[in-house]
Amino acid sequence: MNDVFQLSVVAGILTSAIRLATPYLYAAIGEAFSQRSGVVNLGVDGIMLISAYASFYIVLNTGSIWLGLLAAIVVGLLMGLLMAFISVTLKAEQGISGIGLYMFGLGLSSLLFKTTIGTVKTVTGFQPVKIPLLGDIPVVGEIFFQHSLLVYGAFLLVPLAWFVLEKTTWGLKNKSVGQNPAAADSLGVNVDRVRYVSVCIGAILAGIAGASLSISLLNLFQDNLTAGQGFIAVALVYFGGWKPVGILWGALLFSTVNAFQLWMQVLGVKIPSDVAIMLPYLLTIAALAITINRVRQPAALNKPFERGES
Amino acid sequence: MFKRLIVVLVLLGVLVSACATPPTAVPATEAAPTEAPATEAPTVEPVEPFRIAVIMPSAITDMAFSQSMYSALIAVQTEMGGESALEIKYSEGMFKVPDAAAAIRDYASQGFNVVIAHGSQYGASVQEIAVDFPNVTFAWGTDVNTFGMPNVFAYTAAAEQGGYINGVLAAMLTKTKTIGVTGPVEVGDAKTYVDGFVQGVASVDPAIKVSKTWTGSFSDVALMTEAAKTHIAAGADILTGSSQSVVGSIGAAKDNGSVLWFGTQQNQSSLAPTLVVASQVYDWSGMIKEIIANNKAGTLGGQAYVLQLKNDGLKIVFNPDYALSAEIKAAGEKAIADIIAGTITVNP
Repeated sequence: MNDVFQLSVVAGILTSAIRLATPYLYAAIGEAFSQRSGVVNLGVDGIMLISAYASFYIVLNTGSIWLGLLAAIVVGLLMGLLMAFISVTLKAEQGISGIGLYMFGLGLSSLLFKTTIGTVKTVTGFQPVKIPLLGDIPVVGEIFFQHSLLVYGAFLLVPLAWFVLEKTTWGLKNKSVGQNPAAADSLGVNVDRVRYVSVCIGAILAGIAGASLSISLLNLFQDNLTAGQGFIAVALVYFGGWKPVGILWGALLFSTVNAFQLWMQVLGVKIPSDVAIMLPYLLTIAALAITINRVRQPAALNKPFERGES
Repeated sequence: MFKRLIVVLVLLGVLVSACATPPTAVPATEAAPTEAPATEAPTVEPVEPFRIAVIMPSAITDMAFSQSMYSALIAVQTEMGGESALEIKYSEGMFKVPDAAAAIRDYASQGFNVVIAHGSQYGASVQEIAVDFPNVTFAWGTDVNTFGMPNVFAYTAAAEQGGYINGVLAAMLTKTKTIGVTGPVEVGDAKTYVDGFVQGVASVDPAIKVSKTWTGSFSDVALMTEAAKTHIAAGADILTGSSQSVVGSIGAAKDNGSVLWFGTQQNQSSLAPTLVVASQVYDWSGMIKEIIANNKAGTLGGQAYVLQLKNDGLKIVFNPDYALSAEIKAAGEKAIADIIAGTITVNP
């Protein structure tokens, strides 16, 4: 048990946690953009899958990680447009259309994987980049400054998203159409357009989340690669109270406990593996229950906007 | 109203397109033969082909459990003379047991001779459905329980045997004296493989540390990858593991560049040609042939098959691209011979 508190182990846990948090950060912050404008997108996992496939396919065939990332973004955007068309233009029930989008992404990515790649292969994706000077600091450098660019990107996204959502006019519009679309509309805000943009930003980030798995963290693609991470990302948005910083803490808590339980297993700490595996989920639920969020969810969440109604 | 209608149509479209693709596959996906069936011999009278249907939890390209069964079926099909002799239908990606149960029932009612439920999670479904179709042979695994039914075969692999061999080889190759095992769920052949591996390592040097992790999932590649990276950070220079999610572990070994890998279920050399030392390969083809012969002879079930080194159901495939020293390879081959001769017993 003493092993657990060695410096090298603590460093190992934190390094793992930062890697594990990456896809959740992209996907959950993206989902926050979408939900703050009033659209729940449950199709995150499907978007992650199909973008993960697309970026992997491009890297496998061109060797260019940047083209791969671009493919994830483009595919994410297309999926976002589809989701926005169904939920904003056609005003469909968002939960159902999101699940539809998830199944579509899951099915299509598996089908394309089977027909175009066929078997599990690996690629050389984004490699760890040691940041000069900072990366040389003992322990701290190893934990924070020796990751791949997509990992840094996920953490830089937190202040960036905070700034866009809280400090810009567009952020205010995004919030207003999610709180009271009728009022926003009467003030001349184009509700549908803001929601389209928000959903698409969310989907693009979900796409990058998928790419962070297939061409950075895992460097491979397999059927159902995400194994439901997109749904955990949606939960993290609620956990984080629709705020990028809250999402950051949620993602870090979940992934730190996950990294911790892996290390406990590796070190042979005598607890049943089933208990270890449950830990991240138990602790996240406990944290959610203790820190009851005073933040109310966007008032118009899940409600299509029809001018003249209500 | 009109808009609602569009919505319904769009959603239906989305759902249908999703359902038409593999993961939630309807039980009628056509098996593509790897080789063109023999088209000559027009003189032979057309005979009804023997029909086998198989339900698999993951994809036929998973480099592990499902692929081992699919490859074996295709091999038997080729040997028997192509699609005209043996018809194969499969449903893959059936992680959800209720979906699998529906597919099992569907195939049985379509008059297949043999329905294979390739996953220990399907046992209860087989037990329930087999009663309704006394003329259909059901086979399921990995397990040895035929439920005392005359039309159920059970099959399993003595994965601990290959695990032991891999363990012997790994113990002779490790320099850090630390080996990492990335397991999925602590059940079935994943557990017995790991148990055998640990015994194999201990037989060479009990001082070597073997760390085990379980992710609690057969399919969570991301967590499996992180588990492998954790082992490497903790000093492991050799990794092994079981299930279709180990492609993540192999990826982690490859990213590191110098960590070696031992495979099981399927030959995994192609995933990291310089790092895979050897793989235990499941070869179900002998068992499939026996089931077909038994079925044709009127024995529809009641037996359990166990893949072993001695019945060629298990094979240790050395990766030709990895330069294994002759001395270590000889030690591995001696252990294989000892297990076959019964002088070494490996406990699952």
